[in-house]
Amino acid sequence: MIMAEKKFIIGNEALGRAARAAGARAFYGYPITPTSEIAHFWAKEACSEAGKKDNLVFLQAEDEIGAGFMLVGGVLAGTRSFTATAGPGHILMQDAFSMAEAMRFPVVAYIMQRGGPSTSTVIYSQQEVNLAVFGGNGNGYRIVYSPATLQELYDYGIKVFNIAWKYRFPTFLLGDGYLAKMMGEVEIYAPEERGIKMEPTEAYLLEKNRTRPLAEVMPSPEIAQRIAEDGVQYDCFRNCLNLEEETLAVNMEIKAAFDAAAKDIVEFQEYGAPEAATLIVAHGIVSEAAKAAIDALGGKSARLFRPITLRPFPVEELRRAAKGAERIIVAESADNMLARFVKDALCGYISRPVEEYFRPSIGILPSEIAALVGK
Amino acid sequence: MDQAVKSAFPKCVRVDSKPHIFCPGCGHPEVLKALGFAIDDLGLQSKVAFGVDIGCSLLAWDFFNLDTIETHHGRTIPTMVGFKRANPAGVAIAYVGDGGGYAIGLSHVINAAIRNENILVIVVNNAVYAMTGGQEAPTTLQGMKVKTAPCGADQYHINAPEIIRNVNPTAFVARSITTIQFGLRKMLKDALQHQLDGKGFAFVEVLSQCPLNWKTLDKPQETFDFLEKTLAKAYPVKKY
Repeated sequence: MIMAEKKFIIGNEALGRAARAAGARAFYGYPITPTSEIAHFWAKEACSEAGKKDNLVFLQAEDEIGAGFMLVGGVLAGTRSFTATAGPGHILMQDAFSMAEAMRFPVVAYIMQRGGPSTSTVIYSQQEVNLAVFGGNGNGYRIVYSPATLQELYDYGIKVFNIAWKYRFPTFLLGDGYLAKMMGEVEIYAPEERGIKMEPTEAYLLEKNRTRPLAEVMPSPEIAQRIAEDGVQYDCFRNCLNLEEETLAVNMEIKAAFDAAAKDIVEFQEYGAPEAATLIVAHGIVSEAAKAAIDALGGKSARLFRPITLRPFPVEELRRAAKGAERIIVAESADNMLARFVKDALCGYISRPVEEYFRPSIGILPSEIAALVGK
Repeated sequence: MDQAVKSAFPKCVRVDSKPHIFCPGCGHPEVLKALGFAIDDLGLQSKVAFGVDIGCSLLAWDFFNLDTIETHHGRTIPTMVGFKRANPAGVAIAYVGDGGGYAIGLSHVINAAIRNENILVIVVNNAVYAMTGGQEAPTTLQGMKVKTAPCGADQYHINAPEIIRNVNPTAFVARSITTIQFGLRKMLKDALQHQLDGKGFAFVEVLSQCPLNWKTLDKPQETFDFLEKTLAKAYPVKKY
């Protein structure tokens, strides 16, 4: 067991350590900047004595499409499995993520956003929000966390595994390249030290001691179960359906499960004086800049609403926060990705348009946010 | 008594999903039947994780009483690789067509072979994309007229077992054909044994007929002439 200690490490190492602390056993991935140190960490861990004892799996795939489906395979075996990717790799993984969404497979991915569109820079953006949330040909039944600090990389790096296996949805930690490469102090701890109980896993294939009925964790039209002459139950799964009615049933079952879980999953943070007239909405590392701006302004003129889960989005909570705000500013390192969620949530609830501060693929400084508030 | 003599079906076949839903005269059920007998012979029914691709192979998703996962087009191989790595005690089989194996999923096949993944890959080669309506595949022979090559297919085609052998000298590599059932069954059994022995990658291509897209539905003689004389000439049936 890990004993709590503070370490001076980069974000990617914090994530690797989080996965290990969470009891993840398998990593499948493909090298891509700015996430590669997560793979390096796991590769080293897997060939250490402790890693061998724990049967850790490290597999560098031929590409991110392969890595995504290997990840699905790891989950089918009932193993806490994860990957790490960014940008163009994140695009390729949508093939597997959409299958995971359709079948509610609890794949976990650490996505550290890089510049875009296309190959762009290896550095930073917040432009993978749409991709993480709505990247498939489905309706976005995924859970997406946006951590803002190095410590949160570790905390949410553990949490995503529990949320994925409890609710059985693809679950993503959506960080960014700044956080991935930033170095700082992180408190490393074992989940049990904090009273965090890890959600048990269960195989989909060759699971002979099932405790959660499959119909509870998968859309029913995708399952065929029967007991054969040998007395053994066999489970067959499909994602190719024959009729529109079956497809509707699949979507409605996933939606019902997602909507029910959303109430428990939604997370947000507020910062600053509740009476402050200006409400800043920001997520991830930009929300940290907003906090610094609020402090610099004396803490009275502006406040922050920060969605921690981008999906499910804290709609009701944002509506409450927006009440009484004279101005609402959305700041993000993307063009209208977070803001679209904000406008959707607040449509009909506010009388003035949301003010937009969009800086695609570049960081936002506290001084920029302070200047916006002072305008 | 041999199981094949006692019953027309392997024990691991799911009887209540029969008659099968492949087209009349399709070769897939013959490949699956041989695979079922191989699984029965080795007593593997409760240990197999069976992955099927998109394309005609998807229709096998409930063919057997085996734990089965249907994946995306070309992606069955990495799915079963990921599974096998996480559960080495399971017997992983990836069942794909020639489009899934040799076009969209080719890099998965080659790299799984290079890494000597301990799984069995079965590629059913009928020289055409069948489920989507008869388009050109990497296996379509020169001059064959198909929907996306109405003037005749390109000059070259893929000889996959040769490529697999090139990148992996110890893999089990073979090509078989639906019309030699006992040979096919033996081949699949040997390939499964290769995995059970922990020897790594096993690859079996099976030449198979598609009367619908070959436009020989009412001409069985032509179907099997094309399979056994033309296809088997371009793609030699043998162990590599």
